Amino acid sequence: MRNSEQIKFKINKEEVSIKVDSNTLLSDCIRHHLLKTGTHVGCEHGACGACTVILEGDAVRSCLILAKQVDGCELTTVEGLSKNGKLSNLQLMFKKHHALQCGFCTPGMLTTAHALLSQEPGASYERIKEVISGNICRCTGYINIIDAVYEARDYYR
Amino acid sequence: MNSKDKYIGHYTERIEDDSLLVGLSTFVDDVHLDHMLYAFVLRSSVAHGYIKEIKTDKAKTFPGVHAIYTGFDIAVEFNHQMPTIPIRLAPIEELKQFKQPIIAHEIVRYVGEPLAIIIADSLEKAQDASEAIEVDIEARPVVNNWRSSAENLSILHPQIKSNIGTIYHAKKGQINQNTSQYFQRKEVFKVHRHTAVTLETRGLVANWDEDLEKMTVYGATKVPFFNRACLGETLQISPKKIDMIEVAVGGGFGVRGEFYPEDFLVPYSSKKLKRPIKWIEDRTENLLGTNHSREVECEMEITCEANGKIVSLVANICVDAGAYARTSVTTVPRNSAQFSSGPYDIPNIDITSTVYLTNKCPIGSYRAPGRFECDFFRERMFDLISIDLGIDRVDFRRMNLVKFNQMPYPLARIDNPDRYEELDCGNYQTTFDRCLKEFNWEEKSLLQGQKIDGKYHGIAIGCFIEGGGAGVKETAKIEVNEDGKLNVYVGSANLGQGIVTVMTQIAAEELDVSMSDIQIFHGSTTYLEEGFGSYHSRATIMGGSAVLIVAKALKEKIKEVAASYFQCSPQEIDLLPGLISSFKNQTLDLSKLGRDTLFVAGEFPCKTNTYAYGCAAAHVSVDEDTGKVELIDYFTIEDIGRIINPLTAKGQAIGAVVQGLGGVFLENLTYDDQCQLTVGSLADYLLPTATDFPIIRAMELEEHPSQLNPLGVKGAGEGGIIPVAGLMANAVSNALSSKGVQVTELPLSPQAVWKLMQ
Repeated sequence: MRNSEQIKFKINKEEVSIKVDSNTLLSDCIRHHLLKTGTHVGCEHGACGACTVILEGDAVRSCLILAKQVDGCELTTVEGLSKNGKLSNLQLMFKKHHALQCGFCTPGMLTTAHALLSQEPGASYERIKEVISGNICRCTGYINIIDAVYEARDYYR
Repeated sequence: MNSKDKYIGHYTERIEDDSLLVGLSTFVDDVHLDHMLYAFVLRSSVAHGYIKEIKTDKAKTFPGVHAIYTGFDIAVEFNHQMPTIPIRLAPIEELKQFKQPIIAHEIVRYVGEPLAIIIADSLEKAQDASEAIEVDIEARPVVNNWRSSAENLSILHPQIKSNIGTIYHAKKGQINQNTSQYFQRKEVFKVHRHTAVTLETRGLVANWDEDLEKMTVYGATKVPFFNRACLGETLQISPKKIDMIEVAVGGGFGVRGEFYPEDFLVPYSSKKLKRPIKWIEDRTENLLGTNHSREVECEMEITCEANGKIVSLVANICVDAGAYARTSVTTVPRNSAQFSSGPYDIPNIDITSTVYLTNKCPIGSYRAPGRFECDFFRERMFDLISIDLGIDRVDFRRMNLVKFNQMPYPLARIDNPDRYEELDCGNYQTTFDRCLKEFNWEEKSLLQGQKIDGKYHGIAIGCFIEGGGAGVKETAKIEVNEDGKLNVYVGSANLGQGIVTVMTQIAAEELDVSMSDIQIFHGSTTYLEEGFGSYHSRATIMGGSAVLIVAKALKEKIKEVAASYFQCSPQEIDLLPGLISSFKNQTLDLSKLGRDTLFVAGEFPCKTNTYAYGCAAAHVSVDEDTGKVELIDYFTIEDIGRIINPLTAKGQAIGAVVQGLGGVFLENLTYDDQCQLTVGSLADYLLPTATDFPIIRAMELEEHPSQLNPLGVKGAGEGGIIPVAGLMANAVSNALSSKGVQVTELPLSPQAVWKLMQ
């Protein structure tokens, strides 16, 4: 039997309180209950990184976490990276470097990069590449993504 | 770039990026409709067998289940004429006998074939119910490769009595049987099964409106108009009663947007239940059921003179096509044969290409279908022959490239249906020399076969052609909005390649208006009477030309209307930037011209393909202990006729190269001897990551614009991937020449390369 429970957490600085089943994945909670569909699901088992969100400052895969595990936590999704509909500097760098084609992996790339640069604003090119290698992009061949993140470092220092 | 151009040829950031970057684009799984139900497809776990019984009684009683439909149910409803998926490209009667039924009925032929569709309040409930369905299948012997298919011991489609789908012949000139004075080399090559694996899986939301008797399908892409016709025919409703709506698409690469079983089953269920229904493929289903590709074996024989000039190419190509002939089954076998000669002057060609049915997922187009495969065969063969003849492989290629004054140059003629094509224009030699220079071939040549720190170094170069612009036409429409802005509609679809930006650049250039004054509408069937979509690198060529044509026509129309206002002739009107009509000292903007009358529809018809061409060179090292191949440098160059957006053109090239490298080194759709797919997730179907192939350089040229369309463009989305396999196989063989290694098979996984070294 699936027990449901009430959980509370902050998503993109907004407090939410929601009833979820004990087996509801965080990715499903964000996408289907909160209707924040910017977070994408590409593989359902943590291999592709498309569903990456920022949990308490760390990039995590929302398809590998149960919604109830984030009770009381603070969460940022791709929707929380821009302010008042204006692209953040990181997002502008993605646009400048053509770091997206179909854009399906992009929310995961952005959250991963934002968490990295927030923690390590001086991350080297190699370090960025290593961290980005946890996320799959089928279109770009990655080089433009790494370049975009590398140039975005200036805005995190 | 034309120096007068304001938009075309300029580095232009993409219009489509903004909504994608903030997470506000709507992909198909983001579509939520009121009262929506969810579909789960029960699939066969048996590769080949007779369906004895599928019992759904118990499952139907599960909470939240609205309906379950099996092949039997649907067959009864359609008077035992099970609807089938049509062949979209180069359909022939012979292959139509092997079309896939929209759900398995009586016989299952591959693991993953749909057996039943379950509709419930939630996906979980549908999935729970599916586990209570009892399936009784009497297994039949499986056909697990083209060789066992050829033996015809177990027949997939008993009414045909053979596992051969069809046989193509591509011919040119005459093969001389008396070859004693020539050098000959014969070799067998093999490409393994792999495919596109888009990051977003397939899916759709279908909504039947009973009051309007109308079907709306969200998630259409690639060829929405064709799929609307398919759905109309299979559902037996008029296509006019169907709207196919294009939403954001997470990658196409050939596989996405074709008509699959679910493209019938979900709308069918929606019509039955009169409720909107969502179906989203999971990753395992995606690997099991979305078109596979590339599994081709080829015995090739090349005859040449002692100096290396090629006299003839003979090949026997065997394609493992899987269980059915789906929409784009024809591209791999036809292209592998028709384009075998690539950019080379080969006067005599005789190729046979056979489609074999096996108990695997059906095949279809994957980026550069057949072209990737035959480039590997040919380029690998060239290096082997160069070694045999003691000729430098660079000289060998240069000598055999089609010369500038040979254009247009005839390719082999293929039958079934008959098709004759020519390479349209270009200077292959100069691009080849440019590649050598940019790659720094001479200096890197010193590294060939060298062992440095336990790693052998090798280099390679290869040449390719990229066909683009499949006919027969594309349509567009342009209208002036109330606010003076322009709406441009085009029949092309956006698969992530950036057509909104490209079409905007083309329209803005021709109309001399700001890009922000133009809004592009594409893909959905609601915009135009007909449309032909995005495949075969055709969107910019066909859709872009259609946009250019309607933009020109709009200018003429504006002049006509302005002329009647000024009481002069249209020729006396000058159009100023911003579409302002000027006559003598007077000007008139669009607001005075009656905007609602200012619309133009048009089309660009063209049945002749363009041929972009290029070269690529690479430097690899091979670890002696592990067999791991490391890419040290990769340079690709392509003349694409005219560059609309240098940013996206380069993006296509680099992305395609990396996708090709994934296919060569990592990706493998392996089946066991019972035709069970042995990869089920992205943990075992390995895709390239950021650390795998970080060094790719791409250069796009526009030295020889195509004369076949008013823009001068050629295809640019597939060229990057075409030479990758031949190049990597040649570079690895070059590195390991001291060990006598000659690669003839893909993939080049560390295990495979290590084995070759032993």
